Amino acid sequence: MSAYSITEPSGRSKWFAGTLVILYALITMIPLAWIMLTGFKSPADAISYPPKVLFEPTLEGYVNLFTTRTRQTQEFLEANPPQNWADEIVRDYDMVIVGPSKFGERFLNSVIIGFGSTFLSIFLGTLAAYAFSRFKIPLADDLLFFILSTRMMPPIAVAIPIFLMYRNLGLSDTHLGMILLYTAVNISLAVWLLKGFIDEIPREYEEAALIDGYTRFQAFYKVVLPQAATGIASTAIFCLIFAWNEYAFAVLLTSATAQTAPPFIPTIIGVGGLDWPAVAAGATIFLLPVMIFTILLRKHLLRGITFGAVRK
Amino acid sequence: MTDSLANQAAQATPPRVARKIRGFSDRAIAWIFVAPTIFLLLAINIFPLIWTIQLSFTNFKANRLNREPEFIGLRNYERILTDSDIWLNMQATAHFLFWTITLQVLIGFALAWLIHRNFKGSNFWTTVIVLPMMLSPAVVGNFWKFLYQPQIGLFNYIVTFFTGGEASSFEMLGSVNLAPWSIVIVDTWMWTPFVMLICLAGLRSIPDYIYEAAEVDRASKLRQFFTITIPMVLPFLMLAVLFRGIENFKMFDLVVQLTGGGPGSTTELTSINLKREAFEKWRTGYASAYAIILFVTVFGLASIYVKALNKVKER
Repeated sequence: MSAYSITEPSGRSKWFAGTLVILYALITMIPLAWIMLTGFKSPADAISYPPKVLFEPTLEGYVNLFTTRTRQTQEFLEANPPQNWADEIVRDYDMVIVGPSKFGERFLNSVIIGFGSTFLSIFLGTLAAYAFSRFKIPLADDLLFFILSTRMMPPIAVAIPIFLMYRNLGLSDTHLGMILLYTAVNISLAVWLLKGFIDEIPREYEEAALIDGYTRFQAFYKVVLPQAATGIASTAIFCLIFAWNEYAFAVLLTSATAQTAPPFIPTIIGVGGLDWPAVAAGATIFLLPVMIFTILLRKHLLRGITFGAVRK
Repeated sequence: MTDSLANQAAQATPPRVARKIRGFSDRAIAWIFVAPTIFLLLAINIFPLIWTIQLSFTNFKANRLNREPEFIGLRNYERILTDSDIWLNMQATAHFLFWTITLQVLIGFALAWLIHRNFKGSNFWTTVIVLPMMLSPAVVGNFWKFLYQPQIGLFNYIVTFFTGGEASSFEMLGSVNLAPWSIVIVDTWMWTPFVMLICLAGLRSIPDYIYEAAEVDRASKLRQFFTITIPMVLPFLMLAVLFRGIENFKMFDLVVQLTGGGPGSTTELTSINLKREAFEKWRTGYASAYAIILFVTVFGLASIYVKALNKVKER
């Protein structure tokens, strides 16, 4: 092998490509960086012109995000000294903290519904994918296409009858209802991706296990499942991210008890429409887990992102 | 006598049948494994779809349950297809689709082409570029509204920093001319990485020896690009366009948070219009017919497109 390859780009073209890509990446990061910065600004700094890059950081946005506050008279404020650092921050505005906001609850709903639906889609999806991969199922290709085509429907189109159906069944605004709904949306992709992963596991492993006296079930969970673990994990992350980010169904079908964070965060802005630091703080807390996940698990995510079109 | 015969028969049983007796047959297992998924999809996808079709022939209003819905035949469909406002929504959607896809394909392909040079750190920077598409469109769209504020927003500041002029001289979200572009910009920012990833996979699928052979034949780099790179990446690119097309036809969350369809109805994409009809005006029957028309449109366009795609793949 010669050291020089005609298909390997030259050093100069690499440098040029690298510069352009990094430039694009930096520009594309500006809005996200701005969200995170704004979370640590005071409301006055957040709406100043020109936009401030350097400012005195404060946790006001985060305090406003997690608490509800009321304005109090000067006498009341003097009679009751601030109880903690958060209380001290809101005292600057002649306010006192009266209780927690709904953000914690909404965030918890996102966690419950996200993990619940991910678990269910992976559980059902793995079973179905295994069956599609290993057994002769009549009309398998049609069924698989049917499963995938359910993803083409606009959520709003399906939302009308689901809204009616859930109202009749008492499932609207419940965690269970949302978990089932997100599972139904996610499962198509889950089956599609998982089948690809299971197809890659040689059948010989199971056949050996069957000859050793394992039943099909045992062969499935003792031989196939451990082999498919990475594939299952990356599919799970993808389902989780979808459920985490979903907005259309959440805004139409949930209100008080099962509302997730995406429909809630825009309402943090408040009546005056000026509390952008609190919105930014909420957005940061909500977006950061996904960003960290993406960076840590980038290799496993690619296949999910590209809908299984890319096998690698 | 019968005893030994039974024994003989038992011994002659091939292992596969023996397994069937011990547990479930493979066929039973296949159905046990597939049934829950199919059942869930039938209950939450197909049953609602059938119900929508049925509702679309009535004047049902979901906020008036005591009124018995009437069967009105195809009148909902007739009304929608002759409504000029709906064609405005379709135009807004077409504008959005055309420009987001064009920009995402151009920028996405260019990025993939650059990243394919495998410069130092290309993996890390690819991940950074991918970040926007992993995030919640509603939450991000809501924040872009802040960036687009004419007086205080970062977007106007940066634009006027380069072009000069007053930052408050234009309103991305408030102006009838600019609002359709504001949603194109955010969608392009968010989804270009998706096209890039698929293009990158396409570029990586081209074996080196093809370029080597072209080099031996003294084909110029430009010629190699147009006769090898582009045709080999095309099927991937078309797949990316299909996915983006379907997704953006359904587009709801990002735009509803960003502009809410305004100003007027300049950015009122079909999904937003549909939501208004169904959940604000509560014209359930009418909205159902609308939903069916949209669904048939996506499905029809997608099927035609897939046929074209398969032809390109065969070449």
